[in-house]
Amino acid sequence: MASVAKARRPEEAWHYHLNRRLRALSAHVVLLAYVVIALFPIILILMNSFKGRQAIFGEPFALPLGETFDLIGYETVFARASFQTYFLNSIIVTGASLLLVLIAGSMASYALAEYDFPGNPLLGLYLAIGIMIPIRLGTVGILELMVNLSLVNKLLSLILVYIAQGLPLTIFILTEFMRQVPQEMKDAARIDGASEYRIYLLVLPLIRPALGAIGIFTMIPIWNDLWFPLVLAPSSRTATITLGVQQFLGQFVSDWNAVLAALTLAMVPILIFYIIFSRQMIRSITAGAIK
Amino acid sequence: MHRPAGKRFPWHLVVFLAPAVVVYTLFMVYPLLDSLRLSFFTSGPGNERIFAGIQNYVTLFTNEDWSWHFWNAFKNNLIFFAVHMLVQNPIGLLLASLLAARVRGHAVYRTLLFMPTVLSVVIIGFIWQLILNPLWGVSETILELVNLGGLYRPWLGRSSSALITVSLISVWQFVGIPMILFYTALIGIPHELIEAARVDGASGWAIFWRVKFPLILPTVGIVAILTFVGNFNAFDLIYTMKGALAGPDFSTDIMGTFFYRSFFGQQLQLGNPTMGATVAAMMFLIILVGVLLYMVFWQRRITTYEV
Repeated sequence: MASVAKARRPEEAWHYHLNRRLRALSAHVVLLAYVVIALFPIILILMNSFKGRQAIFGEPFALPLGETFDLIGYETVFARASFQTYFLNSIIVTGASLLLVLIAGSMASYALAEYDFPGNPLLGLYLAIGIMIPIRLGTVGILELMVNLSLVNKLLSLILVYIAQGLPLTIFILTEFMRQVPQEMKDAARIDGASEYRIYLLVLPLIRPALGAIGIFTMIPIWNDLWFPLVLAPSSRTATITLGVQQFLGQFVSDWNAVLAALTLAMVPILIFYIIFSRQMIRSITAGAIK
Repeated sequence: MHRPAGKRFPWHLVVFLAPAVVVYTLFMVYPLLDSLRLSFFTSGPGNERIFAGIQNYVTLFTNEDWSWHFWNAFKNNLIFFAVHMLVQNPIGLLLASLLAARVRGHAVYRTLLFMPTVLSVVIIGFIWQLILNPLWGVSETILELVNLGGLYRPWLGRSSSALITVSLISVWQFVGIPMILFYTALIGIPHELIEAARVDGASGWAIFWRVKFPLILPTVGIVAILTFVGNFNAFDLIYTMKGALAGPDFSTDIMGTFFYRSFFGQQLQLGNPTMGATVAAMMFLIILVGVLLYMVFWQRRITTYEV
């Protein structure tokens, strides 16, 4: 852009720069305003969760400092809710689903990208249908199936459903990445006598960035899901953090300290995770969207 | 593509494909088809399934108790979708175009603006319920700051404004998705094209609408269809903020909450799995029609432009 400005007469260049400055300034104004809109509600909740009831209502916009600082809400939450259990359940369900989606998904996409077998494009299409059709619409059938398999109120039922939910997009995107792995590398390994399984394991590290990105993308909806925990595993022993918080908030709706503390406890882990991985996550969406 | 030599049965293919195909088929495709099948059955007194032909669909569309709720939820869902299309996606496009201009700190803005999108809908729903609660009064205080205190109403509690309010809360949360998709498309535009237009003396506004926007039309279509599928499948926000009854007076009832109620029942009414399956089948049909319309009209038009 600078080269264009240079090519013009001096006063035009000056106008051009002033214009650019003004445009950058107005962009900052709009973006900052929207950042306030996006973050203010979250910050308001975080702030007030550290206050006593009086201060929450009296000075909602004040920082929780000095006299107003109070941890009563957190005390109630830890005394009345089994957040540790909910967290553990969420970690087990999300972790297991994610790992298995990545393993099964990468294996299938390796086969789809590597082998020319009859029905390959059709199988790819079959596996891609699930990208557009939400699995939630099969809930009646899923619940009947889980009842027949005696998996209701077991974490395994959630894990199986989330694997099925995560596979279509994972396979669709990973197949594209698998196709980009140089053929010579695989053929060289074959000449050296490597088995097909061995070659798959050789290819896997090459698509690690894609695996990481799709992993984060698969993980967040699973962690945040309310529907399937509510339908398949609503018992207090198997509740995930999202369901647990939902039920806790419903019961303690008039205890503002406890509500604010519970909201904060549910938000903070995912926000920390997001801040650490945001670059990679946004890149994953970016990579997926360019296709 | 490579086909290993030899005529032995390709066991490795089975090993690679079986886990994904089996889990996907058993826990996604089969239940979906089973739900469609169940929509043609009713439950007998001993909970056995009796084939009923299209009786459930007849009930859904002719029985007042059902048809009113179906059309109400469908209408509300259309409004929910319209608010997303008219508010969420234009704001997403605006933010994306500002970010794509690479202002200083655009990566930080991007991270912060996307933050509400990663939180659970349950958390978002409760946060806004507190903020809009007249008991706490923070939204009224904020309006007073800009001298608009008189505008405050308990929006969530009134049947005239509750649906628009929850729609806007959903917009607030998910604006990050169109923003990122548009942003990706915009930074993918070859620089020479924009440069050429600028040398020709086109203003920033003209460059955006005449050069950039036509080039990101495929993304506009993708955003629209993703919004459509997401909106007609939404449930968590309404359930969290308004419960399964989607009050006041079902004014926030959408297909997802209607599906949940017909399947699991509500305070006075028992759940009815086969009617639930029928509602799910209708949702399936609505989403399918949307996806097909997108593929036939939008994608085809885009390809002809590219030729």
